[in-house]
Amino acid sequence: MNARPDPARLSDAIADGAVLLDVRNVSLSFGGVKAVSDISFDVLKGEIRAIIGPNGAGKTSMLNVINGFYTAQQGTIVFRGKERRAMKAHEAVGQGIARTFQNVALFKGMSTLDNIMAGRSVMMKRNLFWQMLRHGPALREEIEHRREVEEIIDFLEIEHIRHTPVGKLPYGLQKRVELGRALAMEPTLLLLDEPMAGMNLEEKEDMSRFIVEVNRHRGTTIALIEHDMGVVMDLSDRVVVLDYGKKIADGPPDAVKANKDVIDAYLGVAH
Amino acid sequence: MDSTAGAAETLDTFPKYLLANASRFAERPAMRFKDYGIWQSWNWAEQLDEVRAFSIGLAELGVRHGDKIAIVGPNRPRLYWTFAAAQALGAIPVPVYADAVAEEMAFVLDHAGARFAVVSDQEQVDKIQSFSDRIPALEQIIYDEPRGLEDYDPAMLHSFEAVQARGGEMCAADPDAARRWEEKVRAASGEDVSVMLYTSGTTGRSKGVMIGAAAAVRATFDTVRFDSLTEKDSVLAYLPLAWVGDHYLNFAQSYVSGFCMACPESQETVPQDLREIGPTFYFAPPRVFESLLTSVTIRMEDASGFKRWLFRHFIGVAKKYGEAILEKRPVPLSGRVAYALGNAVIYAPLRNVLGFSRIRIAYTAGEAIGADLFSFFRSLGINLKQLYGQTEAFLYVTVQKDGEVRSDAVGPAAPNVDIRIAEDGEVQFRSPGQFVGYFKEDEKTAEVMTQDGFIKTGDAGFFDKDGQLKIIDRSKDVGRLESGALFAPKYVENTLKFFPNIKEAVAFGHGREFCAAFINIDLQAVGNWAERNSIAYASYQELASHPEVLKIILGHVGEANLRLSREELMAGSQIRRFIVLHKELDADDGELTRTLKVRRNFIAERYGELIEALYDGSTKKYVETEVTYEDGRKGRIRATLAILDAPLHGGDQNRWREAAE
Repeated sequence: MNARPDPARLSDAIADGAVLLDVRNVSLSFGGVKAVSDISFDVLKGEIRAIIGPNGAGKTSMLNVINGFYTAQQGTIVFRGKERRAMKAHEAVGQGIARTFQNVALFKGMSTLDNIMAGRSVMMKRNLFWQMLRHGPALREEIEHRREVEEIIDFLEIEHIRHTPVGKLPYGLQKRVELGRALAMEPTLLLLDEPMAGMNLEEKEDMSRFIVEVNRHRGTTIALIEHDMGVVMDLSDRVVVLDYGKKIADGPPDAVKANKDVIDAYLGVAH
Repeated sequence: MDSTAGAAETLDTFPKYLLANASRFAERPAMRFKDYGIWQSWNWAEQLDEVRAFSIGLAELGVRHGDKIAIVGPNRPRLYWTFAAAQALGAIPVPVYADAVAEEMAFVLDHAGARFAVVSDQEQVDKIQSFSDRIPALEQIIYDEPRGLEDYDPAMLHSFEAVQARGGEMCAADPDAARRWEEKVRAASGEDVSVMLYTSGTTGRSKGVMIGAAAAVRATFDTVRFDSLTEKDSVLAYLPLAWVGDHYLNFAQSYVSGFCMACPESQETVPQDLREIGPTFYFAPPRVFESLLTSVTIRMEDASGFKRWLFRHFIGVAKKYGEAILEKRPVPLSGRVAYALGNAVIYAPLRNVLGFSRIRIAYTAGEAIGADLFSFFRSLGINLKQLYGQTEAFLYVTVQKDGEVRSDAVGPAAPNVDIRIAEDGEVQFRSPGQFVGYFKEDEKTAEVMTQDGFIKTGDAGFFDKDGQLKIIDRSKDVGRLESGALFAPKYVENTLKFFPNIKEAVAFGHGREFCAAFINIDLQAVGNWAERNSIAYASYQELASHPEVLKIILGHVGEANLRLSREELMAGSQIRRFIVLHKELDADDGELTRTLKVRRNFIAERYGELIEALYDGSTKKYVETEVTYEDGRKGRIRATLAILDAPLHGGDQNRWREAAE
């Protein structure tokens, strides 16, 4: 896997100091269970940021807070300079946050093309009336969007399944289609929840390549949760480590790998 | 046809045809390519513009007469344009198999001494740069698809677009530049080497076959006339461009006849693209027809009872009358009516699904094709024929005429080809397209050439009473069992491969007591069967060793033996013992050639222990096998394989056994 990003580019971004997303002292609990407690970290513009941690560490909860599925009890989220307590899900989309899910969430009966077009619908300006007529400006708009979608299909190398119902596809390809749908929203920040889960080696390599290319060529900032350590260390510019809802480490992959708390969290501690 | 037979007849290079076509077929489509989901087209005038601009750009980069230009990638218009663009400068295009591992590609690029390489994308650039220290002659790489290459060192990298744009600018700045280029094309000699095609290396290292320009055009002209191809025909170019078949049937025939060549969107979309294009001329190796039949059979088994009955019934009708109707032989009226009905409900829709609706001529070659498989497609109304060819002949050696088609022979000599059978049974030929020689290997050229200018094919064969050539096997592969009975391994393998569940087979027996075989299951067919029967499996290896699967294969081998027993010469070659292999034979492991032919000797060496186990009576054997992934990394797989005994057939049985003892 030859996907490690260019360190020069990272330092440029950090030098810019352009913080895209800043999570400040966020806490979230369900009844008595603290899913996330007092977590702070930031995501710089243009970087690939990984959130890792053992099962139940609060990674997915963290993503859900960022894109407005959950509302944090405490803390604030600053996205593109705007501070807020909670973000509504549709607001998050409007602000340029797209995501994929741990368990693929696609329209199973629809084709690959239609699924990705659906991701595009948030950007369609014509109202439902015109769209139903499929005429005049709505048609022109659809043609334009279709071009963008075809570029995504080409990018993800899924031409051969363009018209296949997604439910019939193997899991690895479904994940790719889901990434395509998220890309169709042209997000500023892309949240990926375990993009490699359940994939074989070849599929992982393909997915890693796509993630790096999205980041480089489309300039999309990416925050991802992933269990596969090899992938995380290869892809990410910086890694934040959660354990039992708390942040235990934050920094470049090599530093995190050497961190004692991280090793303990993953391998367990002798008591 | 008249237009081809006219002035164009005297042309002796492909770029000359490009100029001619741009005037005589200016508005006719020359090339299509599906990009972003839409078919893009270029007519001959536009194709000339594309080629000329790129060619002038290449000259600007330093391409000179005699330079070798490697071409690596899938079937893309720009790569095909590179052939003509190079030829126009007197440079020699050298297509290389795109899926070749780094090692093989390094050998070809180094051997050819390529100064330039035109490749499809980042993957190929990476591959070439991984061995760049071993190919000092290579100066520049030009790529078609820029994705992922932004951060690469631009010193030796250029995008196709930039090179072509440079050529375009030069034409715009100096109106004479285009004219000078065209004059140079017109003045070019037919004695130049048109293309250098590396053999797939069934036996040892691949060799660079140099094909002369005038010879190539002459051969193409003959077959274009033979099949009456015109500018109204069309093909889908989906076979590897490094293979003589693709270069000849698509590129060469397109230039000479003016027909339109379509490039698929990607390798995976070929079946859909075929359906959309509906080519009139089609070539596929037997294994493609096999897998088509397999997928049709599988889908019919999943269909409703009524549909299954309908299919079976009308395929029966087709079997009875289809070929006779295709060949315009007399057929009773009732048969014609039944066939017409079948055509309406089964054959035409099936042809449509397969993309064969408009096919006028289809060919298969490369390996023997099962009689039933061959008849199946012909009975559907597809004019499928056989040809026999070699890279050294620039393809055609024999070809079947419409209406004189059989599955067990490959036809009489192609137009203007002389064939003779040597005393030892080897087929030798002399043809208009025959090669100039192997590049840098004069002694090997001398080995295959006879004193009087015939070329030795290395295949054993004979002419039957209809004057059609029958190929038995590679002449050096035909052997004898210990008993003295004839042993033609390929024949045994083809008998086994007739079963959809068996993808590949390798037979052994020369100098042995009996015939034994390795078998590869077909993952698609057997996997589908497993699914329908709720048999769970996690890997190819697990499926291949499942007791139920072994039982099925055992049944197939038994039936294959029954078929072999019916043929006098082959009855002794019945398979007594066999192994179902734990991995698919793969070109990356060197077990198959890049054209997917079995490399029997290599396999015999690699699996020596297994062969011993076949003959020493053991019932199972533990093996460890090294496998190579496409990126060159290696891994190991381990398995304990069962060795099975197959039932033998025929009255000759006992006699044969006695003879063996």
